[in-house]
Amino acid sequence: MSAHTLLAESGCHINHDCAFPAPGLNSFDFKPIFSIGSFDFTKPMLLAIICVVLVVGFFWAAFNKPKLVPGKLQLVGEIGYNFVARSIAREVIGKKGDKYVPFLTSIFFFVWIMNVMSIIPFAQFPANSKFAFPVALAALVFITYMYLTFKTHGFRGGVKNLVWIEGLPKFLVPLIVLLEFIQNVITRPFTLAVRLWANMFAGHLLIVLFSVASWYLLTPSFLSAVAGGSFVLAAGMTAFELLIQFLQAYIFTLLASIYISGALEEGH
Amino acid sequence: MLFLAEGAQNPLIPGGAELVVGLLCFFIVFGLLGKKLLPNIQKTLEERHDAIEGGLERAAEAQAEANRTLEQYKAQLAEARHEAARITEQAREQGAQIIAEMREEGQRQREAIIAAGHAQIEADRRQVTATLRQEVGRIATDLAGKLVGESLEDHARQSRTIDRFLEGLEGSAAETGAAR
Repeated sequence: MSAHTLLAESGCHINHDCAFPAPGLNSFDFKPIFSIGSFDFTKPMLLAIICVVLVVGFFWAAFNKPKLVPGKLQLVGEIGYNFVARSIAREVIGKKGDKYVPFLTSIFFFVWIMNVMSIIPFAQFPANSKFAFPVALAALVFITYMYLTFKTHGFRGGVKNLVWIEGLPKFLVPLIVLLEFIQNVITRPFTLAVRLWANMFAGHLLIVLFSVASWYLLTPSFLSAVAGGSFVLAAGMTAFELLIQFLQAYIFTLLASIYISGALEEGH
Repeated sequence: MLFLAEGAQNPLIPGGAELVVGLLCFFIVFGLLGKKLLPNIQKTLEERHDAIEGGLERAAEAQAEANRTLEQYKAQLAEARHEAARITEQAREQGAQIIAEMREEGQRQREAIIAAGHAQIEADRRQVTATLRQEVGRIATDLAGKLVGESLEDHARQSRTIDRFLEGLEGSAAETGAAR
């Protein structure tokens, strides 16, 4: 249940002598739908599962029995698949990237559809604004990155690939090694997760804020103009979010392929 | 207020249950897409690529094959021509050689025949000369005997006389020849 449903339930309105219920972290906490022991099944989990069903269902319908001359659904699926295979994997990693296209495609569509849930009526929540989901995906990308680094270069070569830059003056070596280590091993997975989370978090917060405000301020007075403004902004933000959702899924996948590419490359 | 009751918590601490659900969800997506559906479509895309560009590639291949055969044929033809020319040349050389040999043989035979003729003529001449000399000597002796009345039967003297006479004859004949 998101903040505005809570708001509708609590009936909080400016005429009801009620303070503006500014959305905050509470907008991201949900009462469990059901609980099994200490395990609480919440709305983000439900949304993630719905996204699994949607993504798998779509690709199943499109690709289960592919035809040489594609139907409409298969054509749409192919456009999506080719977008990841050509514009991301081939572009960034090259021919060697073909092996990782299924991984990258899964990431892209799973993330994107989870993001899109932010503006779907009744769902209206991006699961990626719960930090655990981006963390899970970023962890998988990071594990893949590390695995490929050490598999391609061996232990010594892998470590060198992560922290070493050729042709540095001697006195800079310790500093650069430290910086490279922090960048590649700590910052990369952290920023990968946080970038996606923060974008979805902020986007959701803005939409909720303007939605709540347009209801809260809706009175037969001059405030209705402000409420209308808020509503326009909420609608605008929704459209804008549609772009951000796609962009963040794209960036997440792009960065994943950049890391894979870095792991496969000789030196750097 | 509900959100105050719930309390603010650090949003950067991932919930364990959500982490597990998120991982499981992704594994389901990746498992079905990565193991079945995407390889499916990749295969179809390759087949389509093969059907469209494969036709062109095959045509180009056939063209190349035809060109190769043509080249081969041309090369064989050139070789055959070369061979024919070589054989003709060889035959011509052999013919010329045979003619030369025949000519040489003819020449040799001709010379042999001429030489044999010369030898025969020389032998005949010698014989005739000897016969004539004897005959002339005898006639002259007979004549001289008749004229002088004395027999010149002493053979040695007879012989010398005859020789002197003949030499005188030959000498005069030579002088006459030289004068002419």
